Amino acid sequence: MGTENKELKEWYKDQFVKFEKRLNGHSKSFMQKYRVESLKKFDEFELPNMKNEEWKYTNVRPIFKHNFRPAVLAEKVEVTRQLVDKKLYKQFDCNVMVFVNGQFEPAFSKLDCLPEGVLVDSLEKVLHIIPELVENKITKLSATENSFNALNGAFALDGAFIYVPAGKIVEKPIQVLFLGGSKTDDVLIQPRNLIIAEESAQVSVIANYQPIDSDKYFTNIITEVYAGKNSIIDLYKIQNEGSESYHVEKMDVHQDETSVFSHYSLSFGGSIVRNDVNSTLDGEHIECNLFGLYLGNNDQHVDNHTFIDHAKPNCVSNELYKGILDGKSRGVFNGKVMVREDAQKTLAYQSNKTVLLSDHSRIDTKPQLEIFADDVKCSHGATVGHLDDQAYFYIRSRGVPSDIAKSMLIRAFVSDVFEKIKITELRDQINRLIFEHLQRVEI
Amino acid sequence: MIQIKNLHATVDGKKILNGINLEVNKGEVHAIMGPNGSGKSTLANVLAGHEGYEVTDGEVIFNGKDLLEMSPEDRAREGMFLAFQYPIEIPGISNSVFLKTAIDEIRKYKGEEEISAKDFLALIKEKAKILEMDNSLVSRSVNSGFSGGEKKRNEILQMLMLNPALALLDETDSGLDIDALKIVSKGVNVFRSENNGVIMVTHYQRLLDYIVPDFVHVLYKGQIIKSGDKNLALELEEKGYDWLKNGELETA
Repeated sequence: MGTENKELKEWYKDQFVKFEKRLNGHSKSFMQKYRVESLKKFDEFELPNMKNEEWKYTNVRPIFKHNFRPAVLAEKVEVTRQLVDKKLYKQFDCNVMVFVNGQFEPAFSKLDCLPEGVLVDSLEKVLHIIPELVENKITKLSATENSFNALNGAFALDGAFIYVPAGKIVEKPIQVLFLGGSKTDDVLIQPRNLIIAEESAQVSVIANYQPIDSDKYFTNIITEVYAGKNSIIDLYKIQNEGSESYHVEKMDVHQDETSVFSHYSLSFGGSIVRNDVNSTLDGEHIECNLFGLYLGNNDQHVDNHTFIDHAKPNCVSNELYKGILDGKSRGVFNGKVMVREDAQKTLAYQSNKTVLLSDHSRIDTKPQLEIFADDVKCSHGATVGHLDDQAYFYIRSRGVPSDIAKSMLIRAFVSDVFEKIKITELRDQINRLIFEHLQRVEI
Repeated sequence: MIQIKNLHATVDGKKILNGINLEVNKGEVHAIMGPNGSGKSTLANVLAGHEGYEVTDGEVIFNGKDLLEMSPEDRAREGMFLAFQYPIEIPGISNSVFLKTAIDEIRKYKGEEEISAKDFLALIKEKAKILEMDNSLVSRSVNSGFSGGEKKRNEILQMLMLNPALALLDETDSGLDIDALKIVSKGVNVFRSENNGVIMVTHYQRLLDYIVPDFVHVLYKGQIIKSGDKNLALELEEKGYDWLKNGELETA
């Protein structure tokens, strides 16, 4: 493994040299310094492996056995408007940003009805025109903790930049479509997303990850979210990458007092998928909602890691992750809730439930609660089971065939997460994805 | 309509039914009474096709067909209906989607057309009215968050909607207050006709004040030890089961 790692690191270092040439003229910028530091860390870090507690159940060797070409160095892939239209979630009015292999495509985007002062653009462009807006945020929150973070940092160039100034409300959701894959190269796509909602601002974002075709590619994302005082952010992540692709995201959220951050993680596609969601509740009366739905089929591996850090008193966190695993798929849930000494009157609720549809699917779940304050209400729990036999009989006893009965039970199982989705028009489309993914009759 | 002959069944290896013989014809309402653990609910579940029970002997002919060979869904399509003692909650599936799916599947089996949305709505409105259920209950998820009484009422609604040939009511009266009991009984009385049959499993005579049976059977240790008309229920109410347990087993 040692020489393998070395070769891999040399590959990306070599790619970095080519990447730097492309960037000419920006070598002095803070961003370039950050990239160089990140590359150095990538070189120093041991690649994540199963001896490490954070990666105990997720083998990422297949990802690092492969030399992916940073998309910016690969041949540009052209997509059609038809394809873009096909991949967007519809039936509701929204602002649209489209990225193809990590690069912003303004021609396909629709950002014409945003309130004054709201800036929704490509990170690369914002770095050129208002670098200070990025500089005091981007590297402050998300620490470079492992090889994936470092790799993203080294090649960080573009991504969705969403800035909502104080008091502004973006009424229509912002749908950000990330299309991945190339016929000519196995591409590495590394969006760097930054969402900033200032005091009392409000925004809803849908991050929509999908393949262009059936190519092998690797998406490695860092998303940073700043929820200012009294702001409200809804963030939907609908991950439906191609079956040959890898998907890793680290999301770091910083919440100020009285902010409400809700994340809906809906995970469908991908061969190896790892989602990290970390939120720091750095003020009083904050609400943090983490809802997750993960579907596994065939040989898929889906790993969800969450960390909620209750740093101040009087905050509420509410976490509900549900999974359905079929075929030989594997799931991992690791949810940590930290209640620090100062964080009195914390309410923290965490639950992870998984249904295994086959004898060959498996989940490793680890809900963790660490409490250092004495006046708190916290609960956590995990269950793993099969579809309920009695309910299955009940439905069939009404004349409903077994396949539809199972679909009804699947629908019933996910219903509490499902009903959390506030954009109701999205629900039907998510419903269809669930049954498509499990190759079952839609109900 | 249904002939149950020498029916034996076990659950987890334990014998529960020990040779049940019972025939129900169209237009008849049979009450099956008995103490706890006598096998009443088992009989209802075995007939509906619950896979947790194993039939070890005997046969059941339903409308001329071998019932025990059929899947639960086929039994329903042939006209069997079980009103559950503990109805199941199915969040996320509305009562109307659930019932329309069931009706359409039963119709498909019979080679009939699916029910139109308009006819379905008219039908459910008519049936819900009999049971004094308001429309919101109909659009809500199946039994989800329903009170005990609402769930039982919903079972009867399903029965009225599916209009089975044979309805098995498994302790439908348990946990109902008197008002709910009256409403549920009204539903069953509206349902009963010359074209269908009812088997009511109950622990208490109370239900039989509202749904008057043609026959009453006493089940004990998995066998019918005494049969009679509605007066048998009154006798049971007065004397309890003990006078039957002692010495009448051999007459079964």
